[in-house]
Amino acid sequence: MTALPLGAVDVDLHPMVPGLAALEPFLDPLWRDQISQRGMEGFETQSYPPNAPKTVRDDWRPADGSKPACTVEQLRAQVLEPWGISRGIVTPLYGVQLVFNEDMAAGFTRALNDWTRAKFLDEDARLAASIILPMFNAEHAVAEIERLASDPRFVQAMVLVMGETPLGRRHNWPIFEALVKHDLPLAIHAGSCWRNPVTSLGWASWYMEDYAANQQAFQSTLASLITEGVFSKFPTLKVVLLESGVSWLPAFLWRLSKTWKGVRFEVPWVDRSPIEIVRENVRMSVQPFDAPEDAETVDRLMNHLGSDEMLLWSSDWPHWQFDGPPRLPPGIGPDLMRKICVENARATYMRLAWETVP
Amino acid sequence: MPRHVVGPVDEIPPGARKLVEAEGKRVVVFNLEGEFFALSDRCPHQGGPLHKGPVMGLVESPCPGEYSYGRAGEIVRCPWHAWEFDIRTGRSRFDPRRMKVRAFPACVEDGATLQAETFPVRVEQAYVVVEL
Amino acid sequence: MNVIRPEAAAGRPLAATQGLIDVDIHPRVRSVKDFDPYLSAEMRHRLHTYGNRPRHGFVKGTPYFKSQPLASRRDAWTPEGGTPASDPAFTATQHLDFHGVDIGVLNPLQPSGQGDMNNPFSVAMAHAVNEWQLDQWVAVDGRLRASVVVPYEDAEASAAEIRKRAGDPRFCQVLLMSRTSHPLGNPKYWPIFEAAQEANLPIGIHAFGYSGWPMTNGGWPSFYIEEVSEHATSCQSLVNSMVIEGVFERFRKLRIVLIECGFGWLPSVAWRLDKLWPTLRDEVPHLTRAPSEQIREHIWVSTQPVEEPPRPEQLLDCMGWIGWDKILYASDYPHWDFDDPRHAIPSYIPEAKRAAIYGGNARRVYGF
Repeated sequence: MTALPLGAVDVDLHPMVPGLAALEPFLDPLWRDQISQRGMEGFETQSYPPNAPKTVRDDWRPADGSKPACTVEQLRAQVLEPWGISRGIVTPLYGVQLVFNEDMAAGFTRALNDWTRAKFLDEDARLAASIILPMFNAEHAVAEIERLASDPRFVQAMVLVMGETPLGRRHNWPIFEALVKHDLPLAIHAGSCWRNPVTSLGWASWYMEDYAANQQAFQSTLASLITEGVFSKFPTLKVVLLESGVSWLPAFLWRLSKTWKGVRFEVPWVDRSPIEIVRENVRMSVQPFDAPEDAETVDRLMNHLGSDEMLLWSSDWPHWQFDGPPRLPPGIGPDLMRKICVENARATYMRLAWETVP
Repeated sequence: MPRHVVGPVDEIPPGARKLVEAEGKRVVVFNLEGEFFALSDRCPHQGGPLHKGPVMGLVESPCPGEYSYGRAGEIVRCPWHAWEFDIRTGRSRFDPRRMKVRAFPACVEDGATLQAETFPVRVEQAYVVVEL
Repeated sequence: MNVIRPEAAAGRPLAATQGLIDVDIHPRVRSVKDFDPYLSAEMRHRLHTYGNRPRHGFVKGTPYFKSQPLASRRDAWTPEGGTPASDPAFTATQHLDFHGVDIGVLNPLQPSGQGDMNNPFSVAMAHAVNEWQLDQWVAVDGRLRASVVVPYEDAEASAAEIRKRAGDPRFCQVLLMSRTSHPLGNPKYWPIFEAAQEANLPIGIHAFGYSGWPMTNGGWPSFYIEEVSEHATSCQSLVNSMVIEGVFERFRKLRIVLIECGFGWLPSVAWRLDKLWPTLRDEVPHLTRAPSEQIREHIWVSTQPVEEPPRPEQLLDCMGWIGWDKILYASDYPHWDFDDPRHAIPSYIPEAKRAAIYGGNARRVYGF
C-alpha cells in the first residue's frame, strides 16, 4: 500500500516537546521559575527513551542531530504532505502526567496543552489535538476539560494507560461526566505514569519488556472500565485505545465474558456481555498492529474482532511502527481500509465535523 | 405430557429441593414459599448438576454502587461455573432471552384426584406433580 | 417411585484414544496439621503460631473473595464434610474413576508456603508438601504424579529441592506460581531453570501466588472478576519476561507448561514480540531466535479455563495458531470453573486433535 484513501485521518501523532524551555512561555510564573530554581531537567519518560529506536524512526531523526518531531514543519514534511492526510490528531507524550505534586502537574499540563495549541493547532488547520489530562486529581482534570472544551480543535482527552489506580474507579467519574457533557472521547494512550512497575510481577529488566507491557495494561484498564460500570453509568462515553497493539482484544473479551456469566452478581450493573459493550463504545488505533505478515491470519483476526467499525488509522509518528510509506499487514482490503482511514474516525470524533478544512 | 408424582408436599418444605428422575429426565423440584417449580437438573453450559447448586437472592443494580437485593432464595447457581438461573422460569440471568434451563410445569394436587396414578397416594395428603 | 442414579453418568471421552491425562488437580490438606509430620518442631511452631504469610493482608482466605467457597465446585465437599480434594478416595470417585483419567498431575496450591514472606519457612514447607504428596496421594493412587513444590523466591534452595527429587519418577514436574516477586525471566530465578533442565523436568507455572505488587500494572483492581482477567495478563508478563530475558537462549531444553492461565492470548503475545524485536534488536543482542519460535519450542498451555469465543471456528483458529501439539487437557478439579473433559473440549475439534489434547501431548511433554 503506498497511498491512503482520500480524506484519511491520522489519529495518533506525537509532537515531541524539545525541552522545558519550550513550555516556559505558557507557564504560570510560579512554575516557570521553579524550572531553574530547582534544576528541573525535563519530563522525558522511561516509556519512550528519546534515543531508543522505537521512539523515533531513523529517517525521521534530523540528519543534523537537532531535535526530532517538535515542529509543525517536520509533521507536514514527514506525514501530512507525503501521505495526503486530511486531518491529524496530535497527542504530545511529554511526561507532565508523571509529576507527583498535583498543583505543579496541573500547571505543566495546562502549559503543554497551550503549547500544542500555539505550535500546532494555530499553525495548520488540518490538525486537531488531545487535551492532556492531569491524571491524579479529578477536579483539576475537569477544570482542564472545561477550559479547553469550547475549542473545537480539541477532539478528545488523553490519559496514559498505566496510572496509579485502575482507570474505571469511581473517583475518576467526574472526568467521564465532563467528557460526555462535551462530546469528547476518552483516549487512553500507551505509556506509564510510573506509579507502579510495568508488570503485576514487578520491574522488568529490558526496555523491550516495558514496551511490550502496554499490551497487558490495555487489558487491565479496559477490564476496569467495564467492570466498574463506567459504560453503564456513561453509555455514550467513547473510548479510544491508542497504540495498544489491537490483536489482544478478542481473547481478552472472550475470557472476561465467560467469567462474567458466572460472576455477574459481583458487578450487577454490567447488564450485557463485555463483548457487546466494547463493540459499541471502544475504538482502537491500528499502530502497532500486532499480527503476522499473513493475509489469512489477519483476515481471521478481523473476524475475531467482529466489527469493521472499530479500527482507526494511525501512523503513530514519530514512533517506529513501520518502514517507508503507511502500511498495514496484508489481508485488509480496500473497503476496510477506507473505513479504517476515513469513516471510522469521522464517526468516532464528532468534533472533526465542526471544522472544515479550506 | 406424562405426569409424574414427585412426593407429598411435606417432603419438600419451603426453601428445600428434591431431585427426581422419571421419563429419562433428571429434574430438581424447588419449593418457593409454597409454590413448586421444576427445572432440568442439567446446566445447559457443561451439564453441571443444578440440584447441588446454592440458591441466593437476585442482585440487581440500577447504577454502579447501588444494589437491589431481593427475591431471596429464588436464584439457583450452577455448582460448577456459577451461572444464575431464575427458579421460577429457568431463564439465565446473564442472557434471559437466549439462555435458559428447561422448566417443567409443577403443581400441587390432592391425593383424592391422583388415585389412578401408579404412585401410591393417600387421599388426605397433597402431592407435588410435575409434567415431563 | 423415584429411583435416582447417584450421579450424572460417568464416562470417559471417547476421543481420548491416547489416554486421558489431566495436568491440573489440586490436592488440599484437611487442615495444616496434616503437614506436621513433615516439619521440624521449630517450623511446626511457626506454622501454627504465625501461619502462612503470603504477600497480602488476610490471615484467612484470599484478598479477592472467590465466587464460591474455596473456589470450589459445590459438590466437591467430601461425604464426611472434608474440604474439596482433601481425600484421594473421593477424588478418585468424583473425578479420576468417574472420567477415566489415566494420569493426574498434582498441583498443590496454598497453604503450600510458596511465595511466603518468610524464606526459611517457605523452604521447610516445600519439603513438607512434597513429602505429603508422596505419602498421602501418590502412594494411595498410582495414577497420580506429584509436582516438586519449591520456595521459588530462593532459587538456590529451590534448585536443591529439585536436585533432591530428580530421578524420582513419582515427580513429573517442578511447580511455580505465576505471580512471583519479579517476572519469572529475571536471572534471579535461573538456578531453578538450570536444575529443572538438568533433571529433565518440565516446569508447570500455575496461575496464582501473590507477587506483592499491585495486581495490575495500573494499580489494585476492585473485583474478583478483574482478578480472573488478570491471571491471563500476569501470565503474559511472565512469558514476555522469559523470552526477552533470554531464558530459552540459555536453557535450550527447558519445557514450560502454563496451567490455568488461559491460552487465547498466547498468539497475540507472540505476534507482538515478533513485531517489536527487529526494532529493538540492539537492546537484546542475546536473543538469536524470533520470540514466536522460542514460544513455539518451549511453551505449552493447558486448556482450563477453556476459551469460549462466540463462534466455534474462532477457537479452532486459536488452537491452530498455538499449535495442536502444544495444548494439554486440564480439569482444575475441584475448582468451580472445573472443565469436564467430555464437555469442555468441544466435539467440533477433529478427533485426532482431541486425542492429542486429552493425552498425546502430555505424554510427550512429561515423558509419560
